[in-house]
Amino acid sequence: MVTVATREGVRRPTPVTPRRRPVGRWISDHLVLFVGVLVLVYTFVPIGYIMALSFNQPSGRSATAAFDAFTWNNWTSICEPEGLCESLKLSIGVSITATILATVLGTLMAFALVRHSFRGRAASNLVIFLPMATPEVVMGSSLLAMFVSAGFDSALGFVTIVIAHVMFCLSFVVVTVKARLSGLDSRLEQAAMDLYANEWQTFRLVTLPLALPGIVAAAMLSFSLSFDDFIVTNFTAGQSVTFPLYVYGSKLKDFPAQLFVVGTVMFFVSFLFVIAAEVWRRSRAR
Amino acid sequence: MTHGLGAPAAPEMSPAPVVDGETARRRGWGWLLLLPGMLWLFVFFLYPTIQLFFTSLYDPSGSFEQGYSMTWHFANYVDAVRDTWNLFARSFTYAGIATVVCLAMGYPLAYAIAFKAGRWKNVMLILVIAPFFTSFLLRTLAWRTILSDNGPVTSFLQTIAVLPDDGRLLATPVAVIAGLIYNFLPFMTLPLYASLDKVDPRLIEAAGDLYSGPFTGFRKVTLPLSMPGVVSGTLLCFIPACGDYINAELLGTPKQYMVGNRIQSAFLTEHNYPLASSLSIILMLVVVAMVIVYVRRSGAEDLV
Repeated sequence: MVTVATREGVRRPTPVTPRRRPVGRWISDHLVLFVGVLVLVYTFVPIGYIMALSFNQPSGRSATAAFDAFTWNNWTSICEPEGLCESLKLSIGVSITATILATVLGTLMAFALVRHSFRGRAASNLVIFLPMATPEVVMGSSLLAMFVSAGFDSALGFVTIVIAHVMFCLSFVVVTVKARLSGLDSRLEQAAMDLYANEWQTFRLVTLPLALPGIVAAAMLSFSLSFDDFIVTNFTAGQSVTFPLYVYGSKLKDFPAQLFVVGTVMFFVSFLFVIAAEVWRRSRAR
Repeated sequence: MTHGLGAPAAPEMSPAPVVDGETARRRGWGWLLLLPGMLWLFVFFLYPTIQLFFTSLYDPSGSFEQGYSMTWHFANYVDAVRDTWNLFARSFTYAGIATVVCLAMGYPLAYAIAFKAGRWKNVMLILVIAPFFTSFLLRTLAWRTILSDNGPVTSFLQTIAVLPDDGRLLATPVAVIAGLIYNFLPFMTLPLYASLDKVDPRLIEAAGDLYSGPFTGFRKVTLPLSMPGVVSGTLLCFIPACGDYINAELLGTPKQYMVGNRIQSAFLTEHNYPLASSLSIILMLVVVAMVIVYVRRSGAEDLV
């Protein structure tokens, strides 16, 4: 790529006077940063709305309309809307189970793909890539068709949701951990072996600690994918109601303002998690 | 470039040493590590997808309650295309526009984080994903409030006469596409950042030293080097946007419905499994075909 720039530069010396360059650079410096910050601000607009509406005392039955009056009531009565806290419990249970399973299975797969060679590696990569290239509505519907034809249609619930979530989280775990592993210096492991560590000791004392940031990132990604999933869950949940399904169900009826409280809490809890992970990563790096 | 499509989902914040992976690989029992996960994908992804294909060939005269008979009824596909080609066209148009706008918004953001943010880099990265910590349904419902008829955006656009006085935003294609853009923006920004961050700033300086203006330098150096990010970002944006039906449902009307809405209602409401399956298969095939052509033409095969 260096050659591209060099070749072009030599062939066609652009007749730009050096005086104009700082102006162009100043514009590109500040304009890009300004646009970037503007895009960031835009992504926070709905978050501001959710936070504001969590303090709203709706005049009508539904809380999605404009801001009417300030109240703390929504925050003190989160579990009041029927089924809301049950759906949260189910979502947390599903996400934790799916995250553990997907992280363990996906990490093993990533190790196999980066550290070992065997027949069918390319085919394996394709199978792992395919779920990411498949629209969720296709995955959800095909799983539902399979569960129904296998006679599971009355047993749809926790287990089938977890199965589906592990399925679509796996690829993301593999890809995330793989990225970390392939960036690691394998000579560190060779050094450990040279120093008479056996395979297990090398793995536990050298490889795993080095791969850990990637594994943690993959687990956090899985949790958020699983917790927030609506489309696949809608197909595989049967009568069970996870939090996204609850939100979806409420938009058809009256929309309790407590949902915005949950949205606000979710935002801050995840924020704390990410900050904690970042602090942990930095303290390890030192 | 061993990073796969989704790798940028967890951008590495420190440059990692590149090693010769091949020499480090061991032969032997590695496939055992792969086995459990692969089994999961075979049983719960590949097998259902193949079965979905067979379901799409069932006789449509059967019903959900009485069961279907297998008649290799390829006419299902003809019917599906005839009845819903406009939904497919709309889905790909909306997803395409949303992807282009996401690229136009995500590129400056990723560029700013990679080159201009300085010590605020990690803070800005966290801010990119932060809005997505909360439920996407809630965020989309918040957009519904913001874009509603007496919401601030509509009133503003009416005041400056961009919209007529009885003009609407909600329940129009604009609202649906805006929702898609919003929901898939980080899928664009993160891969873009991951590849821009790897660009050596000295190369851009070198372009400047060789008398290229900032825009020529960008076009000849930065942009080509960030192409892997552009390709994976557009794919990660376009693929889910094609199958999405939440934005169309919450921000649009049946006039803006996409193919995902039809698949969902055919499966869950009408229980018309053959139709729903053939629609799903068509959607999947078209998306995969587009992805392959796109990846080939952009010369980024090793990305997958």
